[in-house]
Amino acid sequence: MKFAYLALALLVMTPGALASNKPDPASDLKAFQGYFLKRFPKIPLAAYVNGPYDFSKSERAQWKQIMEFPPYQFALDHGRKLFEAKFPNGKSYAACFPHGGIGIAQNYPMFDPKTGRVVTLGIAVNRCRVANGLGKLKLTTGPMADILAYMTDTSRGKTIDVTVPDNPKALAAYQAGKQYFYSRRGQLNFSCASCHVQAAGMHLRGNVLAPALGITASFPLYRSKWGNMGTLVRRFIGCNKKVRSVPDKPDSAAYRDLAYFLTSMSDGLPIAGPGARP
Amino acid sequence: MKSLAIALVLGFLPVAALAATKADIEAGRKIATTTSLGNCDACHMFAGADEAGNIGPELKDVKTMIPDRKIFYAIIYDEPARNPRTLMPPFGRNAILTPKQINDVIDFMYTK
Ligand code: HEC
Ligand code: HEC
Repeated sequence: MKFAYLALALLVMTPGALASNKPDPASDLKAFQGYFLKRFPKIPLAAYVNGPYDFSKSERAQWKQIMEFPPYQFALDHGRKLFEAKFPNGKSYAACFPHGGIGIAQNYPMFDPKTGRVVTLGIAVNRCRVANGLGKLKLTTGPMADILAYMTDTSRGKTIDVTVPDNPKALAAYQAGKQYFYSRRGQLNFSCASCHVQAAGMHLRGNVLAPALGITASFPLYRSKWGNMGTLVRRFIGCNKKVRSVPDKPDSAAYRDLAYFLTSMSDGLPIAGPGARP
Repeated sequence: MKSLAIALVLGFLPVAALAATKADIEAGRKIATTTSLGNCDACHMFAGADEAGNIGPELKDVKTMIPDRKIFYAIIYDEPARNPRTLMPPFGRNAILTPKQINDVIDFMYTK
């Protein structure tokens, strides 16, 4: 009797449960992009890289004005110098990346099968530094943001391609990022999706909330409110603080996985960074 | 004994029976429009709100909208308990506002 029950349970659980529990990034992608395209039929897929600017005329005007003299230009020039400079050992960043680091930003974050972890472009830059005897740079702003601005600029217009490989650890990282994105946190009880899916395009006080689709494509970006450049993790930290939750560490697994999930949901959209925001 | 009886009576008085003072209403206005407190205008339009958001419904004729003060209190205290999908934070449950502050906000909103 007991055995029969167990066998039945196994029979019921195994095939279906396994099939439905395995993360399925490809069908998530379809559902995710489909949700926004259906909800905002006038906005074409590629326009989502403009963040909130397709949703508010006044913000769009303000943004266009800013983009006439892009405030990230200085960071871009500085980033190029840093990127091209030789390390004390005579090598440079180019040697650490495929294609010498040019036009590759659209493939990050990337799963590294050797360590079983997700590597963002910033973390890859730091790995390169460490491999060449240098210290790590802060991942949120400063020289790192400038280097990323340059590297991202060489990918401008290229299609985001962060395909999750069929590897259990890659799928687990993807799933953890997805879970993070949809989990409520902080004293104010918001998930990322609360603001950037459910309330996308609506006004939170004076801010038009950017839809989650395409939300990573303009990073790093110059934000007038910051007065300088910031990376995607800087924004994660800011949004976590906003809901009064304790932010994670810039190089944490939580943020790597979140960036992995979120960027992969923008597969097929063009890189639009570095960007500028009021 | 007598004072205990009075305290008991006062304690069980329906809050609505106590008339809101001008000071309560002003305190409520402050809470409703301060980002670190109620921040109601981040999501709700109401008369006198500056740069209000539109995530929640406009709050006007609030007495007609939510005539039952107990229900209004419950909405501010823990709206996710009524609607798990809501974006409105659980102000009371997560101790963002004290019971007194919630009552002040209600007094203020009932003037809208
Ligand atoms: C309480 C609301 C709220 C929550 C919750 C929230 N954000 Fe934000 N987020 C904002 C606001 C407001 C902005 C600035 C306006 C905009 O661009 O959307 C913003 C901006 C961003 C941007 C930059 C968009 C751009 O184009 O400049 C990213 C990326 C982002 N958020 C990611 C996240 C992630 C990831 C989470 C969860 C960890 C999160 N946000 C949670 C409100 C929120
Ligand atoms: C971050 C967004 C947000 C904030 C902040 C917020 N609300 Fe709400 N509120 C909503 C949403 C969304 C609804 C719609 C109903 C729902 O989601 O359950 C709502 C519903 C309500 C309702 C019910 C309206 C109805 O038709 O039944 C009242 C009353 C209300 N809010 C009052 C307040 C007050 C007072 C505050 C400040 C103390 C406040 N809200 C703060 C988002 C918010």
